[in-house]
Amino acid sequence: MNTVSMPGRRIQLVCPAGNLPSLRAAVDGGADAVYMGLRDNTNARAFGGLNFDLKSAREGVQYAHAHGAKVLMAINTYPQAATWTRWTDAIDTAVTLGIDAVIVADPGLMAYARKRHPGLRLHLSVQGSATNYEAINFYREHFDVQRAVLPRVLSLEQVEQVVRNTPVEIEVFGFGSLCVMVEGRCALSSYVTGEAPNLAGVCSPAKAVRWEPHADGLEARLDGMLIDKYAPGEHAAYPTVCKGRFKAGDDVYYAIEEPASLNAMELLPRLVAMGIAAIKIEGRQRSPSYVATVTRVWRAAIDEVQRTGTIAPHPECEHALRRVAEGQTHTLGAYHRPWK
Amino acid sequence: MKLSLGPLLYYWPRAAVLTFYEQIALSAVSTVYLGEIVCSRRHELRRTDWLDLARDLAAAGKEVVLSTPVLIESESDLKAMRRVVDNGSCAVEANDMGAVRLLSGKGRFIAGPHLNVYNPHTLAFLAGLGAQRWVAPVEMTRDMLADMVKAAPAEMETEVFGYGRLPLAHSARCFTARRNNLPKDDCRFTCMEHPDGLALDTREGEPFIALNGVQTQSALVHTLCTELNAVEQMGVGVVRISPQSKFTLQVIKLFAARMEGVVSPAEAATELEGLAPAPLCNGYWYGKPGHDLIEARS
Repeated sequence: MNTVSMPGRRIQLVCPAGNLPSLRAAVDGGADAVYMGLRDNTNARAFGGLNFDLKSAREGVQYAHAHGAKVLMAINTYPQAATWTRWTDAIDTAVTLGIDAVIVADPGLMAYARKRHPGLRLHLSVQGSATNYEAINFYREHFDVQRAVLPRVLSLEQVEQVVRNTPVEIEVFGFGSLCVMVEGRCALSSYVTGEAPNLAGVCSPAKAVRWEPHADGLEARLDGMLIDKYAPGEHAAYPTVCKGRFKAGDDVYYAIEEPASLNAMELLPRLVAMGIAAIKIEGRQRSPSYVATVTRVWRAAIDEVQRTGTIAPHPECEHALRRVAEGQTHTLGAYHRPWK
Repeated sequence: MKLSLGPLLYYWPRAAVLTFYEQIALSAVSTVYLGEIVCSRRHELRRTDWLDLARDLAAAGKEVVLSTPVLIESESDLKAMRRVVDNGSCAVEANDMGAVRLLSGKGRFIAGPHLNVYNPHTLAFLAGLGAQRWVAPVEMTRDMLADMVKAAPAEMETEVFGYGRLPLAHSARCFTARRNNLPKDDCRFTCMEHPDGLALDTREGEPFIALNGVQTQSALVHTLCTELNAVEQMGVGVVRISPQSKFTLQVIKLFAARMEGVVSPAEAATELEGLAPAPLCNGYWYGKPGHDLIEARS
């Protein structure tokens, strides 16, 4: 059991909303804020059937605000010259909708938002790849960024070092799928499929995925490239490049990482004590029931830590989180140094 | 249009590095980027060694630029980065916004390929802070690049990645150590055994990616050798050759010959196949998957 002194401020729970039912599930479950995106490639979960059109966004904002929750809009991919206005329109739309903050990665877009909407709150997206306080303070000085989301590559000690050296609020990932690469600095997906998070808002897009059953197992292909092959009965993971098995000489192994998902709940007391402003739950692409379960469990955990400064083991919560983790094992990721 | 030599991305023995740059001093590249940008644990060359190399290369008439690390995690990483920024003699290539912060308003710097500069607004912003050259991210297509060059502020020079295994991703984890079942903190520097990265194939034997410590590269070798006419017409000022362990000097000669028009694109492509450590690719330039190889039409 981890014991810490009582925290000075309330840590926020920021939950994913891929659509209206998920948004409601997050708000009902006790999220302090939900994050969402528009239905195009202006955000890093530009998946078919996901995200919000204007009508559902309006409804979502109304629902969240009526229940005391904030709404953050991810506009966190990188605009290009030919498509620039799609991104600036998204910023304008966020303001019109009454969004509480936009989550952005591109300096050009931040400059636009700051100039056009001086009162708009800016959060630096994890896609901005800011892993150190010099970078975070840079965004604060130029664009008055209020909060930064840290890439999932820092150890707990390194996170603390960032917090101590910046006035910018720090948000960290607490739960969900794990990017092993620095976000915003990974082009593995576009190397294989032509589309990756920075420009297209997708990683290993569904349209490039092909499952091929054979007598000796199931092949997972990405734009034709064999990412992995599963023996009958073996758990098959979605074929992102970083989670595939490849050959070095005669050895076939998980070259980059074994499929695992992040669960930093046991670190919550330390995160609260070091002054983290918000915990982010990954998973806009997941179901409303995933959002409901994870939000409920994390709400209870945060309340417990805020109340007592500690967190006791809760086997039933642990079990509930494991059930939604897509059959993957849990890891503390980079927070725990040996993982590196 | 000029040629540059990008920073050495691999971990080579000290003697090999020194010999390599002695040869580079006599080569056709105008600019040489120096420094360890991938892993802070690598130490074959110390800071003073890099500065000595910088002095020698400058004496040989090269523009020397010191590159900052791509991934900065710890306070000691920050210290190393600050020392590069404050080196006092060479221009600096910033590969992290933290470096940009420290370089802002202190004169000319180069916005490196890892800064995610994808639109003219971001480029203009960096120009305002002192950037006078920028290196396009590897994912940038020729159409996007043409828009960028057209809209670039006056005095802004554009550089593209012209040859080498593509740096595709960075992580806190060391995949070379992982390959050897070693923790990163006790990696035993096994990346030195792989002077062009540790190439991996798919389970069907297709060349796929190359592990270079915390950096993941393409196994295939990206080249714009056959696209150089289009690159120059577009207004690109510098083409970057990324060091590989073999034939980098010959590759520089070949690119120089292409730029002088004494070797045709087809001849160059054939020769390059014999020089590169793996098959060639150029898909990003054409807006295709990076591992594709498209035949130039120009």
